[in-house]
Amino acid sequence: MDETTRAMLSGDDMSWVMTRMTHEILERNHGADGVVLLGILTRGAPLAKRLAAIAARDGQALPVGQLDITMYRDDLRANPTRTVGRTILPGTIDDRTVVLVDDVLYSGRTIQAALHALADLGRPRAIQLVTLIDRGHRELPIQADIVGKSIPTARSERVRVALTETDGEDLVTIERGGK
Amino acid sequence: MKHLLGIADLSRDEIETILATAEEMHDVQSRPIKKLPALRGRTVVNLFFEDSTRTRSSFELAAKWLSADAINVSAKGSSVSKGESMRDTLMTLDAMGVDAIIMRHAGSGSVQQAAGWVRASMINAGDGMHEHPTQALLDAHAIRRHLRANDLGDIEGKRVSITGDLLHSRVVRSNVLLLQKLGASVVLVAPPTLLPPGVENWGVEVTYDLDEVLPEVDVAMMLRVQRERMSGGFFPSEREYIAGYGLTAQRLTRLKPGACIAHPGPMNRGLEISSAAADASQSIILDQVSSGVAVRMSVLYHLLAGNTGSDRRD
Repeated sequence: MDETTRAMLSGDDMSWVMTRMTHEILERNHGADGVVLLGILTRGAPLAKRLAAIAARDGQALPVGQLDITMYRDDLRANPTRTVGRTILPGTIDDRTVVLVDDVLYSGRTIQAALHALADLGRPRAIQLVTLIDRGHRELPIQADIVGKSIPTARSERVRVALTETDGEDLVTIERGGK
Repeated sequence: MKHLLGIADLSRDEIETILATAEEMHDVQSRPIKKLPALRGRTVVNLFFEDSTRTRSSFELAAKWLSADAINVSAKGSSVSKGESMRDTLMTLDAMGVDAIIMRHAGSGSVQQAAGWVRASMINAGDGMHEHPTQALLDAHAIRRHLRANDLGDIEGKRVSITGDLLHSRVVRSNVLLLQKLGASVVLVAPPTLLPPGVENWGVEVTYDLDEVLPEVDVAMMLRVQRERMSGGFFPSEREYIAGYGLTAQRLTRLKPGACIAHPGPMNRGLEISSAAADASQSIILDQVSSGVAVRMSVLYHLLAGNTGSDRRD
């Protein structure tokens, strides 16, 4: 790690934060009844699975799925087309509380796309948002219900979430960008 | 990728990307709300100089499910029937600012030629006896789904027979190119009068004996006898054609376990394919139809969703 990169969460920190987030989800919803976790691809999906696994250790079954929002992005025209991922729902989301799980909350546009995607998939009773990192700089009136760690950042900085499942290790870092 | 003119122009990577996206698009068909917003504000035209049911309606559905606006222009009932040239028709539609023109025409190479006249993306929906790329892509998609559903691996290394009126077929050219790019081997079966000229250079095996081929193939694709394109006697009688090249109920028993039956449609039931074969459990003919919408959604998405589309307007 060079001097422009700072570690914000180690593997141990992340594990502790995830446990706390799981308890907050269960507390907020008075248990797991009618609650569905949906991880936003790509890193939200393994995070949602981890939350479900932690809940299962406490005897609470949280069905878990994943949501691809590629087709719903509002910047589709500004970028080359990207490979579309798979949306997998653990049964219906009608009348369920859908807990969206993502790694970093930034502008809010990913969540806006996710809300549009959910509207095409069913009619949840409520939608909540859980994010491992909130780095600020919102461009839309969106906020998370449960946050693992708030990290004030400059726009020029880059938050990188590495997960064992996708990157081989658990680590959250901030890279200092240009001016 | 700006146009889709033929399989010949696609790399294996591009083919795999289109097929992978189609796999995800397939799920949309089973949703209560069959809509994705990816092509909102885009306009596509189906410009069909030849009749079609499945290709045209499947492109139209694909465009609509991606939230594009789609209009249909057929030669009958348009200015084409008043004598307007293909070039003027295309340039007129292009001047209206459409983003893609999906064209079918009896002239081989016509879509490629058209691509040089317009700013819009051109998609080949069948040009004469040349190519029909989305048909080949949807065939590969349906075959792949069949193989995966039955734990039979992937297309690579599989053997596919294509039987029937190969001379008049654009499907066979696109399919041979695509299956070879995906690592399958192809055997063509037809009477000598219905083999395309130059087939010896296609890198495929050619035979006149369907009975010998059926027990060895993983996919038996049957092609329609295109009576409307036949002016002379290409075979002595329908009865003899069926005896030699029809997938009859009796021939069905020669297929190896796990092999599937494909047909791009429309079918002449009782001629190149019997009802017993068309409706058999190993038939993927209707899966080909549903794969058609998914593959065309994928093609439209890759041609129109990214920045290549918006740059075109500059």
